[in-house]
Amino acid sequence: MKLDDEEHDILAGKAGPVPQQALQHQIKVGDFFGAEDFVPVTQAHIMADTESLGEAGVVWLEGLAAETSGQRRVRIPTITDPRGTDFAKAEWLGQTAAMVDLERRTIAAFEKLGVAMTNTCINYQTIQPPTRNEHTAFGDTGVVIYANSVCGARSNFEGGPSALAAGLTGRTPRYGFHLPQGRRATLRITVDHTPTSLNSWGALGGVIGRLAGNYWAVPVIEGIEGAARSDQLKHFGASMASFGSIALYHLVGLTPEAGRLSDVASPDLPSHRVTKADVEALQKSYHTDDKVDVVVFSAPQLSLYELGDLADLCDGRKLSVPMLAVTSPQVKPDSDRMGYTARIEAAGGSVLSGMCFYQSYAREISEARGWKRLATNSAKLVNILGGYGYRPMLASMEACVDAAVSGRLERI
Amino acid sequence: MSGKVFKARHAMGPTVRGPALVANDGFSARYDLDRIKGVFSRPAHKLAGQSYVGKILVLDTAKGGVATAWMLHEMKSRGIVPLALVLNSVNPILAQGAALGDVPMLAGFDEDITAAIPNGADVEVNPQMNLLRIV
Repeated sequence: MKLDDEEHDILAGKAGPVPQQALQHQIKVGDFFGAEDFVPVTQAHIMADTESLGEAGVVWLEGLAAETSGQRRVRIPTITDPRGTDFAKAEWLGQTAAMVDLERRTIAAFEKLGVAMTNTCINYQTIQPPTRNEHTAFGDTGVVIYANSVCGARSNFEGGPSALAAGLTGRTPRYGFHLPQGRRATLRITVDHTPTSLNSWGALGGVIGRLAGNYWAVPVIEGIEGAARSDQLKHFGASMASFGSIALYHLVGLTPEAGRLSDVASPDLPSHRVTKADVEALQKSYHTDDKVDVVVFSAPQLSLYELGDLADLCDGRKLSVPMLAVTSPQVKPDSDRMGYTARIEAAGGSVLSGMCFYQSYAREISEARGWKRLATNSAKLVNILGGYGYRPMLASMEACVDAAVSGRLERI
Repeated sequence: MSGKVFKARHAMGPTVRGPALVANDGFSARYDLDRIKGVFSRPAHKLAGQSYVGKILVLDTAKGGVATAWMLHEMKSRGIVPLALVLNSVNPILAQGAALGDVPMLAGFDEDITAAIPNGADVEVNPQMNLLRIV
């Protein structure tokens, strides 16, 4: 990679061992993908739940945080994805003291590195959405796909170590979605139906993610009617990223880079048609049982509007199985102030903050609480949880609340 | 050097040799693996139930989220880790994870590498030469 004078100095250790190590890591990744140089970034977002880090990752972070020479703190605003627990609910979740201790150590290390513990995967709704052409180093695939597609910002998937490296150096290797040519559509999708529910938006994203198939694919989508809401595109993108590892899509006439099809697509792209039946088939494929052990709203964290809708659905109901609603530390105080939390919890639900279900030792929670059959309106969550030993089922928020009341999930 | 060789466009890490575990399916440490037992655990995965420990995984593409960037490092620390990763295509997360975990990786071939390598074949991954070789 071509380095400027400042990068040469960092690599030579003139800023200290922490940024030096960060730049070495970035060069390794940049060389792998053939990046010619670095691009300055304005924000970084770090995914670092302790189930992923393990003891080894936490020790690695603590090593950086213990460094006393040179620059140890991040150079640009650097924030975090959800943690592996909500400390107030850890015991109820069946999480062990060792898990909670690992979380505390991780937080302490990040704070020494100057990282702001926002603990959110919806920072584009709650902290600061990026602007068009803003280069960022975002972790969490749902954040990246929203930032790239809806905001027109420029980010690759930056895993925890790379996002932290970007925070420490203020730059990232210039490849993939930082380059204009990487943002052109590679396949064309026509849909015959515009979803309304969040689970259907997620299922549509899942179908398109499977069709697109890999990180470098960029679907351009035609046929969506009207203007989609932020929460709808949140579920749509998070699911597409989850099912297909997709980091950017274009909606013709809606997203900023695709005013017209020809703005992002050449005429000869491979094309696919996605029908309402395809979306329903994906949802039905997960409906493997009629009983549920737990209902979870998470992945991504819920917005204030979603919590308001959930509170409306809970009024006057009595839940018979546990129901978790997971949100960000920025939204939770508003949910409390608006009375949404109290209304959900009056019915028997639980509102959790600063974590995300699948990033919180989901396998151990399942074993501790005996939860296997899980209903959710998150297509992303059903895609993930099979590997954790769950039987996840996808349904609307309304159907999920009904299931939490009756213990049974109705067939669609 | 003998045996059929395949040239990769992207390469990282040290040279290793071992048995190939092959499937035309994706890879995500979080979605697909029971990292404690060292087996593929997602029921729909074509390698479900099979151990990946010490194997050179030959798969189609990277799937899923960003957790693999940490998880390869954590798996390496416990010795419950693939010997190397060989894929038709990867995303940045796998590359970042391989860089932190020092796991050898090859990606980007002129043919479908999952069709070219027989399951169980003895293979050598040579990132310095960008080569995969059936021994």
